[in-house]
Amino acid sequence: MSDTDTGRATGRRDPVVEALDIHKSFGDLEVLKGVSLTVDPQELVFIIGPSGSGKSTMLRCCNLLEQPTSGIVRITGEEITAKGVDINLVRQRIGMVFQSFNLYPHMSAIGNVTLALRRVQKMDAAAAEAKAHEALSKVGLDHKAQSYPSELSGGQQQRVAIARAIAMEPEVVLFDEPTSALDPELVGSVLEVMRDLRESGMTMVVVSHEMRFAEQAADRVIFMDGGVIVEEGTPQQVFRDTQHERTRSFLARVTDH
Amino acid sequence: MDWEVIRFSFFHWESIQQVYPLLLDGWWMTIKLCLAVVPLGFTLGCMIATVHSFHVRMLNYPLIFAVDFFRSIPPLVLLIYTVYGLPLLGWDVPAFGAVVVAFTFNSASYYGEIIRAGIESIPKGQMEAARSTGLTRLQAMIHVILPQAVRNVAPDLTSNTLELIKATSIASVVALPELLRMGRVTQGLVYNATPLIAVAVIYLIMLWPMVRLLSRLERRMMSSR
Repeated sequence: MSDTDTGRATGRRDPVVEALDIHKSFGDLEVLKGVSLTVDPQELVFIIGPSGSGKSTMLRCCNLLEQPTSGIVRITGEEITAKGVDINLVRQRIGMVFQSFNLYPHMSAIGNVTLALRRVQKMDAAAAEAKAHEALSKVGLDHKAQSYPSELSGGQQQRVAIARAIAMEPEVVLFDEPTSALDPELVGSVLEVMRDLRESGMTMVVVSHEMRFAEQAADRVIFMDGGVIVEEGTPQQVFRDTQHERTRSFLARVTDH
Repeated sequence: MDWEVIRFSFFHWESIQQVYPLLLDGWWMTIKLCLAVVPLGFTLGCMIATVHSFHVRMLNYPLIFAVDFFRSIPPLVLLIYTVYGLPLLGWDVPAFGAVVVAFTFNSASYYGEIIRAGIESIPKGQMEAARSTGLTRLQAMIHVILPQAVRNVAPDLTSNTLELIKATSIASVVALPELLRMGRVTQGLVYNATPLIAVAVIYLIMLWPMVRLLSRLERRMMSSR
């Protein structure tokens, strides 16, 4: 494993996410076999790949929801895989949006958003609510602030989940297949919100099968298969000037249906 | 069968008029016992279930042992040990306190197992979502997991609480002047069994609303599924 890619030359600022040579095994199964990922400020990086390719695991290593077996993760220059790092402090700076939304069903939309503001950032109730209303407005759902998740459509639930993530004012938001659990007609509203986020300059890492969206919005596309990065480049490079056969056959499969 | 004998033995209203203040004292003692034991047992049960769900091996083995122990020991035996044993160990705890200790540990073991099942019924994503926003494991447990877990097992918790309230009558054996004890004391005063009938009626009046609540909860759970 000497040919580890330490990422692209970084610009003036530290990369927001810098993961170096990440390995992850579950028992005997090695899911990640030395993956490196660098995400610069305001960049939107798309990770695509067949299921079981390790892309979600890679994403979850970025906020240590999965502890890498080896490798280093830095968030804005701070090594979070080092011993003694308060991961809860770090996670405030990394938002995450999940495939199955994972809203708290016993709390209203605004309750979902304010929980971490109150308990982690220790805001008082009024400040937290103001902040939550602001976040809910950004996803177009301030009028649903008092609704419970069970009263919202899948698309609305996912937008509340995005509001929950961005209310913390994170430096990067990780999206783990944010539209995969949605009915086709609800996907658009979530992608719309993600596009707005991107335009507001949010750094984002997205694991998704929304190829059209990737082509339009991503700065960089990474194709993973079998626990390694097979191909990486601009959407143009990966989708049009595909270099690898594995990428080509994957793209053929997913754009078929 | 002589109706007059039955009436005198079991439904002698005049006896109740004579001794009802004592029965009320007993009822009040039972209420106090429940007000102490139910919240304590429930809280300790939540703590046990929480610690258990963190899967820290060094904590879990002694915890499992303790829970098994308290579930295997009949509450009456435990009660006798705490009431007569704790003072022998030099802890001069009043009978009420000793009874509370016994029932707290006994009921916490049951509450703990029920709540643990509730915690296990919550999808993993809930904890992950909470942790991803920077909540600690304990905070996530308190604000996200436990409220849902408790709701999911509410019928079992209510049943267990009913059982616990009824089981407090065992304290009559160690002479704590709770409802059943006072029923038996007053039975001896009036030479008939009417006070015991009164005791049964009082338990019934006390627990009936809870039984109703329980079946309503269960129906609601079924329909929301």
